[in-house]
Amino acid sequence: MKKFLINLGLLLLMVVALVIWTKLPWIGAVALAVLLALWMLLTRTGRQASSVTAVGMGTLRQRIGSSSVIVIGIAGVVGVLVALLAMGQGFQATLQGGGRDDTAIVLRGGSVSEAQSVMTHDDVNAIEQAPGIARDAAGKPLVSAELVVAASMRKKNSDDDGNAQLRGVDDSAWALRPNLKIVQGRKFKPGLRELVVGQGAQREFANLGVGDEVKLGRQRWKVVGVFASGDAYASELWADRKEVAADYRRGDSAESVLVKLSSASAFAPFKAALAADPKLKVEADTTKAYFAKQSAGLAKIIRIVGLVVGVIMAIGAVFGALNCMFAAVAARAREIATLRAIGFRGGPVVVSVMLETMLLALLGGVLGAVVVWLVFDGYTASTLSGFSDVVFQFKVDGALIWTGLKWALAIGFIGGLFPAVRAARLPVTTALREL
Amino acid sequence: MKYLHLIWAALFRRKSRTFLTLVSIIAAFVLFGLLDSVRVAFTAGNDVAGAGRLIVNSKMSMQQPLPESLGARIATVPGVAAVASANWFGGVYQDPKNQVVSFAVSPNYFDLYPELNLPADQRAIWGKTRTGAVVGAALAKRFGWKIGDKIPLQSTIFPSKASGNQTWTFDIVGIFHARDPAQAGREQMLMFHWKYFDENNAFGSGTVHWYVVKVAHPAQADAVAHAIDAISANSDHETKAQTEQAFQASFIKQMVNIGFIVTAIMGAVFFTLLLLTGNTMMQAVRERTNELAVLKTIGFSNTSVLAMVLAEGVLMLVLGGAIGLALVSLIVPALSAKSGGMMPVHAVAGSTWLVGVLLMVLIGAVVGLPPALRAMRLNIVEALRMGA
Repeated sequence: MKKFLINLGLLLLMVVALVIWTKLPWIGAVALAVLLALWMLLTRTGRQASSVTAVGMGTLRQRIGSSSVIVIGIAGVVGVLVALLAMGQGFQATLQGGGRDDTAIVLRGGSVSEAQSVMTHDDVNAIEQAPGIARDAAGKPLVSAELVVAASMRKKNSDDDGNAQLRGVDDSAWALRPNLKIVQGRKFKPGLRELVVGQGAQREFANLGVGDEVKLGRQRWKVVGVFASGDAYASELWADRKEVAADYRRGDSAESVLVKLSSASAFAPFKAALAADPKLKVEADTTKAYFAKQSAGLAKIIRIVGLVVGVIMAIGAVFGALNCMFAAVAARAREIATLRAIGFRGGPVVVSVMLETMLLALLGGVLGAVVVWLVFDGYTASTLSGFSDVVFQFKVDGALIWTGLKWALAIGFIGGLFPAVRAARLPVTTALREL
Repeated sequence: MKYLHLIWAALFRRKSRTFLTLVSIIAAFVLFGLLDSVRVAFTAGNDVAGAGRLIVNSKMSMQQPLPESLGARIATVPGVAAVASANWFGGVYQDPKNQVVSFAVSPNYFDLYPELNLPADQRAIWGKTRTGAVVGAALAKRFGWKIGDKIPLQSTIFPSKASGNQTWTFDIVGIFHARDPAQAGREQMLMFHWKYFDENNAFGSGTVHWYVVKVAHPAQADAVAHAIDAISANSDHETKAQTEQAFQASFIKQMVNIGFIVTAIMGAVFFTLLLLTGNTMMQAVRERTNELAVLKTIGFSNTSVLAMVLAEGVLMLVLGGAIGLALVSLIVPALSAKSGGMMPVHAVAGSTWLVGVLLMVLIGAVVGLPPALRAMRLNIVEALRMGA
């Protein structure tokens, strides 16, 4: 009965500690580590704990096999978790990268994405008259009506076709996306069938070098330039809207209208003005909000998958660590009993076993995070968003690595707690007698 | 076999250790079963039922419409048994989040999909109802639709002439089921008449987005596909005909390379598992040095000691793996019910079990081998002296 209560208490303690731990910011963890170090240096029991830990660490070498199981097991958990989260974050960052507060996108009411929207020539003219639109030096409103088409293209080094997003834009499109820079060649000339391709698209699809010709729709197009933007636009091919509309028989319609506002605060009156116009059935959103909405669904799925896989792997790793630490405690039973016999208290023994497990776990976490960072940071992948390919990069940053290390330490905590308590509660006489 | 109880006793010599190891193995195989089921779900549909069907869409872009008149010309290509057409509709119900997979189809569409079962009387009524729609059982359940309901759907693409906005009204006249429960994902669709779509569509008419072609002999599928593409070659609506499998596979390939991710995760998991169980086995055998020496003393041959230790490793993996996969077969149906058709898998696939069992035996043998070899080479005299 007493044993059962103690185990129940340990279980509760574990849950409480885990809940606090998940909420703890990194500064709190550092503070805990400092407190622990001070305790070990300054108090009598603390010094006892540090010497027991030193003894334990000294025998690590003889247990290199089982210690490496803990390290590598936890490295695996942290590696997979961080890689999957990095994928979700990279995808979201790429899609949201193009969003700004002072740029609005206008779609037909009810449309979820550009591909579903249609705007007539009259709509575009009416939108240009709305208040709050920034103007260029010549006094022309900075508005770009755009048309996107999912163009079938051959993938690079493959016999498959993918869907490239071909975007027909107006002259002001460049001014509306200050992130976007031509890195090779030049912009297309209006009225010619010329393409400027994003770096991501160039990596994904065949025959997109400057000077190449590709067949899109009914016509042949010449690639005249390459642009970089670091967001979803980099997966696109850009051309003159009128030429794209002619090739794909879209008349003079557009799908979306992009508007540069005079300031971020001009958005509310701009949106209200569009809503008040009875002829217009459109909805405006800042590009920041629009891109965030576009990426939310898939990013959430990737995150959930990452967490589920992480939890299952963590369960496996916890039991692996428990196994190894129980074995370690059993192997050191005599040694621990001797320490108890000469006057060491139970507390220092608990601390030393837990500290050892958590240090091994930390080592594993760092190992996993570093490997993932080396391999996957900047790793390029592509996926389907709506109808078209989006190229994105995995992003491993400090916050993600910290999440991984937190998981590692939590696994170490659980894996060390029970063996540590068993070590401390070992009856001295039986342990000494046992061989 | 006669040594089974001996192996069993050795395995559970230290109950807590074996239990802890088993949980790790179970976790690994639960993960394997889940991930492999997801992979199977995403590659489902590449089955026999789809054989002999071609999808013909615009070569320029999946969204680019083709003339409706092309259907009659495709039907004249030798080797074509039947032609049906479909259009994207992009329906949402009540909230933009509730996307409904909805197509405007030609009247004979269901003839080409024998795996979908629409009762004959409901189909007859559908034929007579201009605004009639038939829905899959899973979709009907999701929104609580019944036969006789009048439902508004918003099209995210096409405005309706009747309402002057995006709202289209349909009468639900039939509910279809997938004949094979493994394909319940197909019950998430709504189909209505192309004729209604064409007349009521404010964006003009006379187009379809893709044709479904049934070929008389699946072996000729490629030749027929070429012949279909030849009809429109060099016109302004060139087509791309491909088998249904190829069409779906290209979609999936573009999503993310699921196979790669699954393999990478499982690689990490099984490598760790190998180390973990390998370590446990090594410990277990080292502890029993004494007993093994006794076994050899009373006449067990070197090979039978080897086989027994090896069998212990395999038994441990098979035990944990089987429990893990059994858990997955409990989880998967629940998951599939919760996912609202995103994951149309109701049971762990046979191929998953097969690969799983192979992995269990393989990993068991690999982790069992080093301690087994050690046990085989054990020198009786030394071992007995050491253990004393």
